[in-house]
Amino acid sequence: MKRNQVLVGGMPMPGRAERVVKALFLTLICAVVVFPFIGVISTSLASPEEVIRAGGFVMFPTDGIDLSAYRSILSGGTVTQALIISGFITAVGTTIALFLTCTLGWALSRRGTFGNKPLLLLVLISLLFNPGLIPTYLVVQQFGLLDSLWAVILPVSVSAFNVIVVRAYFVGLPAAVIDSARIDGASEWKLFWHIGLPLSKAVVAVVGLFYGVGYWNSFFGALLYLNDSSKWPLQLVLRTYVVNGVEIGAQELGTAGEALPPQTSIQMAILMISVVPILCVYPFIQRHFAKGVLTGAVKG
Amino acid sequence: MIKRIRRDYPVLLLAIPGMLIICAFQYYPLWGNVIAFQDYQPYLGVQQSLWSGFENFKTIVAGDPEFVNAVKNTLILTAIQTVIVFPAPIIVALVLHSLLSNRLRQIVQTIIYVPHFMSWVIVVAVFQQVLGGTGMINNWLRGHGYDPIHVIGNVEAFRALLTSQVMWKDTGWATILFLAVLSQIDRSLYEASAVDGATRWRQTWHITLPGLKPIIILLLILKLGDSLTVGFEQIILQQPAVGVEASEVLDTYVYNNGIIGGDWGVSAAVGLVKSVVALALVLGANKLAHRLGEEGVYRG
Repeated sequence: MKRNQVLVGGMPMPGRAERVVKALFLTLICAVVVFPFIGVISTSLASPEEVIRAGGFVMFPTDGIDLSAYRSILSGGTVTQALIISGFITAVGTTIALFLTCTLGWALSRRGTFGNKPLLLLVLISLLFNPGLIPTYLVVQQFGLLDSLWAVILPVSVSAFNVIVVRAYFVGLPAAVIDSARIDGASEWKLFWHIGLPLSKAVVAVVGLFYGVGYWNSFFGALLYLNDSSKWPLQLVLRTYVVNGVEIGAQELGTAGEALPPQTSIQMAILMISVVPILCVYPFIQRHFAKGVLTGAVKG
Repeated sequence: MIKRIRRDYPVLLLAIPGMLIICAFQYYPLWGNVIAFQDYQPYLGVQQSLWSGFENFKTIVAGDPEFVNAVKNTLILTAIQTVIVFPAPIIVALVLHSLLSNRLRQIVQTIIYVPHFMSWVIVVAVFQQVLGGTGMINNWLRGHGYDPIHVIGNVEAFRALLTSQVMWKDTGWATILFLAVLSQIDRSLYEASAVDGATRWRQTWHITLPGLKPIIILLLILKLGDSLTVGFEQIILQQPAVGVEASEVLDTYVYNNGIIGGDWGVSAAVGLVKSVVALALVLGANKLAHRLGEEGVYRG
């Protein structure tokens, strides 16, 4: 060790060259993530004249903000309907998924009860394999769920991984609290609902937000099980009009008789309304997810 | 036993709803694999379809060109993802870990985790808007008198495109586990080595990387089990643009041939073989890890 050497966390201070390289590297990574979104937001908000002048994309709008693209997709047509369906799937799906996951996680956390070990094993083994596309399709068909929104909600409503994460948290709760409540005569449901859940708000929030993001983003389930395009959620509409570039007209938008904003603006506005809800919940998940992911990784 | 059931039935009641979903959509579909041994006709159903023994597996054994092509594409993509995509987050995590400012690290983490929460539809749409023929980059290139680049819809660039999409979406998120492990490495190891004159590079090589070894092995085992599963949603979305030959992987083959093409039996057979091989790979890799003296995924 050189004399007067400064150690930070046990490591020698980085040299100037190393610091410059790291700064460039991290700036580049962040720019690659951020720039596409800026382009999308800007184009969706730019005025029609500016979009046409720029030939499709606007990075930094100078004409001020124009909400006509949003107004036209939200005026009651296909996109509005898809937005409502996605909202329904997300709200109902997340509620059901959270209920099923937490009750099962709670039951599995009560070690020593009848059947505890076999049930836990059944959940763990299900992590090891995937039943496969066609067998799952046949089951959904057999249950009569084809062309029903329940086909998008139910098959993914219990993630074994999340059950294990929630269970690990419940197991870690102080046994004294639970035992004393039981001695006071609290039923199993009361223990779960009034003691277990309130003490585990953090993990319930993270798992709930993961389910929520999953349902909001659900694409393949909808593609597979929903043939009726009037039941399509936002992701399928996004695929049709943005990825596949199908022209979206006044009829689909429900804005007959008005001048339409440029296609690019409409496409970017559709893209934005599917991104924004995620960006809104993101800060809430972000605070907790390191913890959530870790418990799962360590105990799984 | 009856006494135990009587005592514990409230716990079992809480487990039932969640277990029902796991059994219905994870275990129950396994019977659907029987159609791999049938000449399955949807209008006849599983009960009335004729048994065909191993007829459906002949496609696999005889090396049907479409099937072979799907296997080839799958393995190439898996190889690329193991060699290029897998190490990327390790490098980013090392850089982030070496930052002195916690605040800066948190800002970068917050930004680079975002794409993980976007659906594949959004990611593909964003890439099209950036790299497409009339996208942001080509717009700029044309505006400044350069030739546009041809990436979207270019068969030769397809693998590179898939790889960069996977990296854009998940490199940031994948750092989370590595960072957690890095933060647990004993600081005194660094201090002791610095006293002995170790440079930052040697510390990284002799302390940090060995500290990451268990998690790297664990993730590689999990990856091996998934090696026949590559980017299903991602590829389905982009298949129309580049055609089947360049893009077909095992999962899309099962979907296109079975659910779209109506060749249910053969597709189920391919799916079944795939699941069995994947399960064998996980179990085998885990055993190998134990042989090498590592923890692996589970004990047993």
